[in-house]
Amino acid sequence: MTHRTDRSLHVAGLARVEGEGAMHVRVDKGEVVGVQLEIYEPPRFFEAFLRGRRHTEPPDITARICGICPVAYQMSACLAIEDACGVTVSPQIQDLRRLLYCGEWIESHALHIYLLHAPDFLGYESAIAMAADHRELVERGLALKKAGNDLLETVAGRAIHPINVRVGGFYRWPEPGALGRLAEQLRVARDVAVDTVRMAAGFDFPDFTQEHEMMALSSPGQYPIEAGTLVTTGGRAFPARLFEEHVIEEQVPHSTALHAHLNGGDHYLVGPTARYTLNSSALSPLAAELAREAGLGRECRNPFRSIVVRAVETLYAVDEALRLIEAYEPSGPSYVDVPPRAGVGYGVTEAPRGVLYHRYELDADGLVKTARIVPPTSQNQASIEHDLYDFVSDRLELSDEQLQWQCEQAIRNYDPCISCSAHFLDFTVSRS
Amino acid sequence: MTDTSARRLPTLAVWKFTSCDGCQLTLLDCEDELLPLAGQVRIAHFLEASRESLPGPYDVSLVEGSVSTPDEIDRLKRIREVSGVLVAIGACATAGGIQALRNFADVDEFRSVVYARPEYVQTLDRSTPASAHVRVDFELRGCPIDKRQLLEVLTAYLVGRKPNIPRHSVCFECKARGTTCVMVAHGTPCLGPVTQAGCGAICPAYSRGCFGCFGPVAVDGAPAANVTGLVERLRALRMADDDIVRALRTFNSAAPEFSDAVPDGPSGRTR
Repeated sequence: MTHRTDRSLHVAGLARVEGEGAMHVRVDKGEVVGVQLEIYEPPRFFEAFLRGRRHTEPPDITARICGICPVAYQMSACLAIEDACGVTVSPQIQDLRRLLYCGEWIESHALHIYLLHAPDFLGYESAIAMAADHRELVERGLALKKAGNDLLETVAGRAIHPINVRVGGFYRWPEPGALGRLAEQLRVARDVAVDTVRMAAGFDFPDFTQEHEMMALSSPGQYPIEAGTLVTTGGRAFPARLFEEHVIEEQVPHSTALHAHLNGGDHYLVGPTARYTLNSSALSPLAAELAREAGLGRECRNPFRSIVVRAVETLYAVDEALRLIEAYEPSGPSYVDVPPRAGVGYGVTEAPRGVLYHRYELDADGLVKTARIVPPTSQNQASIEHDLYDFVSDRLELSDEQLQWQCEQAIRNYDPCISCSAHFLDFTVSRS
Repeated sequence: MTDTSARRLPTLAVWKFTSCDGCQLTLLDCEDELLPLAGQVRIAHFLEASRESLPGPYDVSLVEGSVSTPDEIDRLKRIREVSGVLVAIGACATAGGIQALRNFADVDEFRSVVYARPEYVQTLDRSTPASAHVRVDFELRGCPIDKRQLLEVLTAYLVGRKPNIPRHSVCFECKARGTTCVMVAHGTPCLGPVTQAGCGAICPAYSRGCFGCFGPVAVDGAPAANVTGLVERLRALRMADDDIVRALRTFNSAAPEFSDAVPDGPSGRTR
């Protein structure tokens, strides 16, 4: 079984990812001849039915693209519409957006680290199975995740599809007393986040590095979350409005997600390792110290170590949330009016899984004429396929079962969100 | 893996159709209850959480998402056959979800807006709730569902009783939490009077009108919402018919009480 030179592996229903997809690997005469990451999540046509909707509606509507990262959709939508209408928000509103977004990073990263990815490193089918032997570890992860969700609920009313976000700001300021109580919980969560970095750093990682070009936001003096300019490891730097000049999306037959590559370049990567590689110097002192202790250098090129980067980012998000709560002094209106005007607007923010781009074209009455959304996972799809190609080529001696699990793990390195990109996973290896 | 416990635990399966994953995530968001729950039920199939998938039959199946492709119709029927109790969770599974906005449009045109090669993409021209295809034992509303309600439904079926889920409107929840009516006091348009309770009336507590996540009020499956009355009230608040149509056609747009409340004339079109 392990010495066949021709084979085909098939995984129909990849687990512990958000959404539905499949993977097919074909091996012929001992060489990998094809890798396809198939996204079969049914299309939902957001860009089509957004047309004709009022300019105030995209934050609530696009939140429904993804139950795991709705805030990312709300934030990119708000930025794009405010850009189209020529409006900027107050620093207090911007800070509250960053605080809310920290909640989503904590919730989403804790979900991935503890419930979706750690079971691979420790050899369990699921976190629930893992809890039989490591109950404290799973409880710790759930507590960390809960801190993120409680932050979302306190600032925006609800963890999944929050209700307090509107174009121009928030419906109302959260109560300072409620944020004060939350700070106590976050201080406990900070210790858990420190332990999480140490736990992740202790896992075994395959020796596997990739040289994909990486893209992330960058913003002076702070780790990018809700604002910034796009930069790449290849030296590109451009604002949101030039995104579509730099990124080309193409449709491939095996996926309901569109594949992206850089104009005049190749496939590229977004997400935690890209953010870290391009912004590691902007981490808080505590997050930077733990990153060093965990053995991360200035950049991270091993996708299997993404779990360590995610843990460092979780610690950063807890730290940053505490800083923002400390400085929270609501003053003035909780939103600015955003009168519509004809025009086009662009918005990019850092969803937990990476760069999320929105563009809206509005008419003079504020109705959406066209909409364009580019989620992180569709940008990463081509790079994930490249990783699998290289990864499988070096591991053909493994049994189908071992190879399948390791390939799944390699895919989960990217925390792919197939609900977002249209959705994921099913796995086939053909050794013909 | 073999189950070594003497007592046979009831089995739970979670299935995804066309959706955002938010309602099944609600189960993982029960941070304090997840591990105790896992001691009471055998989670037999839950792809988002586990690689393990045990064969049916299943005592309880949770179905998230709407039916929007030909394959999904067949899959839902197979799941119905192997499920003792089938619970539809969330607005997609109970009322088509936001993707049911295609039901008012030409899906071929939609497909060509998003995809350069629309022929690669398989889809139905309508997005429909699970109940349009199979018998559904219980519909849990919401976009997303509420986790306390989810735990109530699971608990009820585990002990073999009917779930106790209130069917009154959001207005009752505002009164219960002491929120001043945003429509009466501030003239803020609100769908609370015609929307089923369950969220805890969050929006009015945040100074915004309800936008209908839990769908139209219904008693024993029969429409009970006075949408016509609400539409008159919204018009009196100077809300244009176009905006009223848009407000009623969001996450539960396959529910006719909402989608057909205002005639779909040239000025009433959502797109």
